[in-house]
Amino acid sequence: MIRYIASRLLSLTLSLIAASIVIFAVIEIIPGDPASFMLGVGVRPDTLEALRDQMGLNDPLAMRYFSWVTGMLTGDFGISWTYKIPVSELVDDRIWVSLPLAIYALFLSTIIAFPAGIIAASHRGGMGDVSIMGATQFGVAIPNFWFAMILVLIFAIKLPWFSAGGFPGWDDPLLALKSLTLPAIALALPQAAILARVMRSSLLDNLGEDYIRTARAKGLTHRQALWRHGVRNAMIPVLTIIGLQFSFLLAGGIIIEQIFFLPGLGRLIFQAISARDLIVVESVVMLLVFVVILVNFAVDLAYAAVDPRLRSCE
Amino acid sequence: MKATMPLLRISDMSLTIGATKILQDINLQLQHGEILAITGESGSGKSMAALSIMGLLPRGALTTGQIMLDGTEILTTSETNLCKLRGDTMSMVFQEPMTALNPVQNIGNQVAETILIHEHTSKKKAHKRATDMLRRVGLDVAPTRFPHELSGGQRQRVVIAMAIVKHPKLLIADEPTTALDVTTQANILILLKDLVREFDMGLLIITHDLAVVADLADHIVVMQKGRVVESASTPKLLANMLHPYTRALFDASRHQVDLPVYKGGLQLVYASQIVRNYPSPRKTIFGPRPKFCALDNISFTIDHGERVGLVGESGCGKSTLTRVLLGLEDVQGGTITLDGEPVFTGKKPNLTVRRKMQVVFQDPYSSFNPRHRVSRLISEPWNLLDHQPDDPDTRIATALENVGLSALDAFRYIHEFSGGQRQRIAIARALIVEPDLIIFDEAVSALDVSVRAQIIDLIVNLSQKRPLAYLFISHDLTVVRNVTDRVLVMKSGRIVEHGPTEDVFNTPKHPYTRTLLAAAPTLPNSQEA
Repeated sequence: MIRYIASRLLSLTLSLIAASIVIFAVIEIIPGDPASFMLGVGVRPDTLEALRDQMGLNDPLAMRYFSWVTGMLTGDFGISWTYKIPVSELVDDRIWVSLPLAIYALFLSTIIAFPAGIIAASHRGGMGDVSIMGATQFGVAIPNFWFAMILVLIFAIKLPWFSAGGFPGWDDPLLALKSLTLPAIALALPQAAILARVMRSSLLDNLGEDYIRTARAKGLTHRQALWRHGVRNAMIPVLTIIGLQFSFLLAGGIIIEQIFFLPGLGRLIFQAISARDLIVVESVVMLLVFVVILVNFAVDLAYAAVDPRLRSCE
Repeated sequence: MKATMPLLRISDMSLTIGATKILQDINLQLQHGEILAITGESGSGKSMAALSIMGLLPRGALTTGQIMLDGTEILTTSETNLCKLRGDTMSMVFQEPMTALNPVQNIGNQVAETILIHEHTSKKKAHKRATDMLRRVGLDVAPTRFPHELSGGQRQRVVIAMAIVKHPKLLIADEPTTALDVTTQANILILLKDLVREFDMGLLIITHDLAVVADLADHIVVMQKGRVVESASTPKLLANMLHPYTRALFDASRHQVDLPVYKGGLQLVYASQIVRNYPSPRKTIFGPRPKFCALDNISFTIDHGERVGLVGESGCGKSTLTRVLLGLEDVQGGTITLDGEPVFTGKKPNLTVRRKMQVVFQDPYSSFNPRHRVSRLISEPWNLLDHQPDDPDTRIATALENVGLSALDAFRYIHEFSGGQRQRIAIARALIVEPDLIIFDEAVSALDVSVRAQIIDLIVNLSQKRPLAYLFISHDLTVVRNVTDRVLVMKSGRIVEHGPTEDVFNTPKHPYTRTLLAAAPTLPNSQEA
């Protein structure tokens, strides 16, 4: 088990190093000099040169890479060229919107998908299965932004239960959660539909396995066999999907953040790209990559917790 | 045997699934402490009969007649009550021990579950009893182990422990040893026999292996196409088989062939001191990977026209040897040549060598591409030739007719054929480039006895037409004895014994060969019985 964790940690570190090199390289290749962008047109060359020096753009490539990486390791992400404040502050404001939103959405998606998938699988071909599968078909087909607008129309405009957008901050946690509820539902439903389908098919695969028959021969009822022997074995593909979905929910919520006017990471990165604020782009993307890799690591650990075969060999 | 009510009585039972009649008018009886064997070929309905007793038939199954188990009529019992009977009064052991256990639960828990589901007892007591039962079935590993850490034989012991921990009155074993090696099979059969005596259980064993049946059972039931064609006590049945099907079945198992006399030939395959290692998982993250030696210094030769057998249990390196011999993998040491040319030539295969050598695999169901027609499947080895033949259609037709199929079969797809026919197609594919050597890798192991006899006849027939050298790899000693001139016995990557087939079988020298021969169940000759 220790060896398994160690090998996953090693792969985590290597992935982070590789990702940082790729991100740095891509930002270097993108055309457009941030210094001239900041100063606008018609600027004197010596002013431009002075700014470039000040921003460290004239340093050798390797040196700039290492100062960027060591800076990040000590929590110094540099200073935003457009906002003129440390990137860490920008991120700090926004990650407490994006991260809870992603977790909230994933939580909703899981608690919808698990029962739905299990019910559908255990009543295969029955009414429950057909209606759940029909519903998930809709869930997969409907884009989440359209769904978000419908939610706003119904639950914020017709029925004034929720606010149509904005985020009040975490001073009042209940109010904060309430304002994240509609966006979380909009994000969660399509994900829940996919997850429920995966859960159902994975469980059905498992119900055809020999050990389910063995369990039935022991005297377990169909339901007992499904719960005790089917669900845990069905978890591996489900965990994979959950891991992928979390990454998507964290960074891909940009449209939902726009619709609900939430100050999240997605909007930050979008604005930073338009403003050529490359230091922000670089750092936020790296941060997202870090979170995604961390989530994958957690999924790997979850695999091992579910499946003893992974614990003893790799 | 007690004269009282039988433990199990099936009367006039019929079973239909949808519109298909699966079982018709089954009648059989089993006493306490008796071993009843149901035998027959695949599709005869043996397993379905067992599942009807357990009440575990697939959906849509319709059963009529009567199944009385210890005073309970199974067919009218509710599902809730059946659940109470299963694992308690009756239980079942299945064929495939590799998949019959839940991979994510430890074995102690899985055995204890049978107790906990039927009794209100503490978990601790249940685990204590589970541990005792695991020891009783001869498993000396900790109950905290997981199934993947055990061998096939050990897993089958866990499945048996799970089935008998509640001391059921009836144990059904569906092909319990088919997936196991001969020595393991012998041990499991002894265990089952002991348990029957110890617990006074009735054992209903289902097997296609007549040697096992003759060895173990008190009473034999022969099934064909969903009907019981013959039922008698073992000595009586062996002495006097009434039904022609029973006779045909036993004859097919005893099937003997006349191999054309091997007159000697020039050397074809030369393998000298082959070593093939596979890296195992690292012990430490950066440490060197330990090696698993699959082939350890193997040397042998095969001459033109010579028929050589290779026997050994699973994991002994038979399949690795097939791959390196075919030149599909490189070796770490030694040389293998075919007619003087090396079989492995790196990424670019040497076609002259490849076309001299063909292979027939074990599984006739998965070794063909289901989307190609038979004509394309069997003509594929032509890619090894420099020039495609001018008359492909005639050649394909001849190839099919040579293996006993019709020329029209060329236009059909593989799913339209039975297992035996598919193996004929595999042989046609192997023969189409007229190779000097064919490797039969467990080529008849998955087939029913009568089909197996036909395929063996076909192989012998083909070697009568022209001298054909083959390497016949099998775990079935009887078949190997039948169709080879010389035999190699393999154990843990080494050849422990080799010699003319009859010598090795009559006077085995290596202790392992002796164990192997002793463990293999044999059919008594009908005259003796």
